[in-house]
Amino acid sequence: MNAHAESLGVKGLVLGFGETEVLKGIDLSVASRGVTALIGPSGCGKSTLLRCFNRMNDHLTGFWHRGEISVTGRDVYDPTWSLEALRFQVGMVFQKPNPFPLSIKENVLFGPRLAGITDMATLDSTLSRSLQRANLWDETKDRLDASALAFSGGQQQRLCIARALASSPDILLLDEPASALDPIATAKLEETLAELSREIAVLLVTHNMQQAARVAQRTAFLYLGDLVEEGETTQLFSAPREKLTEEYVTGRFG
Amino acid sequence: MSALRTWIAEGTAQRWLTAAAVLVALGMIAGLVGVVLEVAGGFFWPHRLLQLQLADGSKVLGEVWDREADPQSPGMERIRIKVGNRDLLGADFRWVRESDARKREFPAGAWLVERREYGNFYGFPIRLELASATLAATDPLFGAALEREVGSAHESVRAERRLLRRVDRLHAPVAKLMMLQAAAQRRGEDTHVLDARLAKAQRTEDEATRPIMEQLAAVHERLGQGRLLMRTADGREKQIPLLAVVRAVPVNTLNAARKVGLYIGRWWEFLSGEPRESNTEGGIFPAIFGTALMVLLMTIAVVPLGVVTAVYLNEYAREGAFTGAVRLALANLAGVPSIVFGAFGLAFFVYTLGGGIDRLFFSDVLPTPTFGTGGIAWAALTLALLTLPVVVVATEEGLQAVPQAVRDGARALGATRWQTLRRVVLPYAAPGILTGAILAVARGAGEVAPLMLTGVVKLAPNLPFDSVPPFLHLERKFMHLGFQIYDVGFQSPNVEAAKPMVYATVLVLLVLVVLLNMTAIMLRNRLRRKLRGSAV
Repeated sequence: MNAHAESLGVKGLVLGFGETEVLKGIDLSVASRGVTALIGPSGCGKSTLLRCFNRMNDHLTGFWHRGEISVTGRDVYDPTWSLEALRFQVGMVFQKPNPFPLSIKENVLFGPRLAGITDMATLDSTLSRSLQRANLWDETKDRLDASALAFSGGQQQRLCIARALASSPDILLLDEPASALDPIATAKLEETLAELSREIAVLLVTHNMQQAARVAQRTAFLYLGDLVEEGETTQLFSAPREKLTEEYVTGRFG
Repeated sequence: MSALRTWIAEGTAQRWLTAAAVLVALGMIAGLVGVVLEVAGGFFWPHRLLQLQLADGSKVLGEVWDREADPQSPGMERIRIKVGNRDLLGADFRWVRESDARKREFPAGAWLVERREYGNFYGFPIRLELASATLAATDPLFGAALEREVGSAHESVRAERRLLRRVDRLHAPVAKLMMLQAAAQRRGEDTHVLDARLAKAQRTEDEATRPIMEQLAAVHERLGQGRLLMRTADGREKQIPLLAVVRAVPVNTLNAARKVGLYIGRWWEFLSGEPRESNTEGGIFPAIFGTALMVLLMTIAVVPLGVVTAVYLNEYAREGAFTGAVRLALANLAGVPSIVFGAFGLAFFVYTLGGGIDRLFFSDVLPTPTFGTGGIAWAALTLALLTLPVVVVATEEGLQAVPQAVRDGARALGATRWQTLRRVVLPYAAPGILTGAILAVARGAGEVAPLMLTGVVKLAPNLPFDSVPPFLHLERKFMHLGFQIYDVGFQSPNVEAAKPMVYATVLVLLVLVVLLNMTAIMLRNRLRRKLRGSAV
């Protein structure tokens, strides 16, 4: 796939729950490599936008939307594309680490097993590769059958990344993945994301502007359901085009 | 005044009050367990035999059971003595005024003979009469010989029972045909085919049982020969066949080791033996077995049903009037008196369901019911219904405690709703489900009233589980510790003598419930450790 091809895209996306309109017409395109950060104050709709791409919003009551949402150029609501198949393609990591009450191994292999893979050799290579890509292999290779819940928060979060990677997704969505982690665990996580973004598209929602500046090549600033500005991270932080962006990144509100 | 207010504001008063409440609760529990332990624990300990010579010259020998103030002579006491020898004296107990006692002693030659019938015999041995010889009680070998002969009598009884069981088993096809024949005759049908089959089966049975009958005759010849001649305290003589002797001990001259041995032996007999004398003596093994099996069957029935109900309510049903109504109904179900469940179980499970099964599958023996009468399966199902709310509520709590983030995580990996439920939510909720099972077991094991209508009996000749196919006999009636307590304690003809048996049975029931609970709790803790992960 072309490095500059579009991996995620929305066009004229208006979206809400019941009476409330959360996103008010958004156009955004995310390249198939690199990290894109979504920043903005609480309640601006950045998590909702993120959850559009793997249709996690569909489970919430009163959800509706207008406009196009596409993943690798294909409409996510394409009736020939099953929800499960879409989610194998689009991995997601949540705000709080959410390991399952299973062993480390079974956590990572959750997706492949759902996909019906039973060949032990394939599963074993998926297991080691996913843990390696999530920088967790060295810590886990001797205790793959231990419970995932015995891990520290940072390890659990990287395990969740490994779990998402085991389905070999082209896109990884992360919803404030470092908000429950200490600085050292955060640094490790960011390192992992940087490595991953050489192969796949990473869309990162974050509260932390330093984090966006550190890991993201591109950044999008959302405010009250509108996409205010999107561009190169360095440019957005140093010379924003919009006054609102400047006020936000310099910490005058938010 | 302000000091008091500060005292209350600081919470000191509240702390004392709450502590006092805990103390009251603990005290009541400790009191209950203490009384049970004391009576039950002391019952099997060998008590010395006291001989009193009364003012009228008569002698009384027995165990001191009880003493209280004499209502007729103030300041004096009267003693309740267990004098045993029910076949001679008519009653097991006798009140003796302390003021009447002229002489009191613990005679070294007094023996206790536990018998299979008529309870204990207290007295003095005269001689042992065997087929080949007699042995006087004064002979130094008397004790050892008696013990040996009683042992071989026990062995013969066991051999007889084994042989009779084989005869029973060989008789089963004939019994079945006879039942069919009787049922057919009652229905006024032609029976000559059955008659022919029956005759043939009887011939086969006769042939097969002949060698067993010969062995049985040999056993019978050996049986019933030895006799123990005893003398009571007032000089009457009594011949006791060795077959009827459970054990004979010179209880006043036992050393500590033999006392402990006797104590353990009596507990073992109580726990593993069959009941005697309408359950007031002997063992309670069938009741222990029946209780445990019934609770097991109940758990097997209630846990899946409760879990499925809770899963539907919590995972699938839309919150609203319907789920509200179901939850309200369940909460009220928990408050319905258990006898009502018994009545329902009788009407629905026994008569409707059991009657239906009989009409469908066992119509050849009707009107004799097979499943259309109380049985262990119906009792277990009735209790399953009774304990259903507990399991549902506990499981729902377990399900509600599963974090949304974990459910979302599974969905985001492409799991369907069912896959999420089965692979992530249920394992996460497993400790909660087990908590429900624990509560259900505790409730179910202690319940008696519904069982009395659905399958418990005072004496069940066969265990509901044995070596005859299909091994588990769900239609059989069974014995139960709780019912045994009620029956022996309040329905028996010899309540005073059976009282300690009641306490001992209570103790066993308590221990059984604790054991069942501990098993479930250990299982839950292991699961929890597995879930939370051990800190490595």
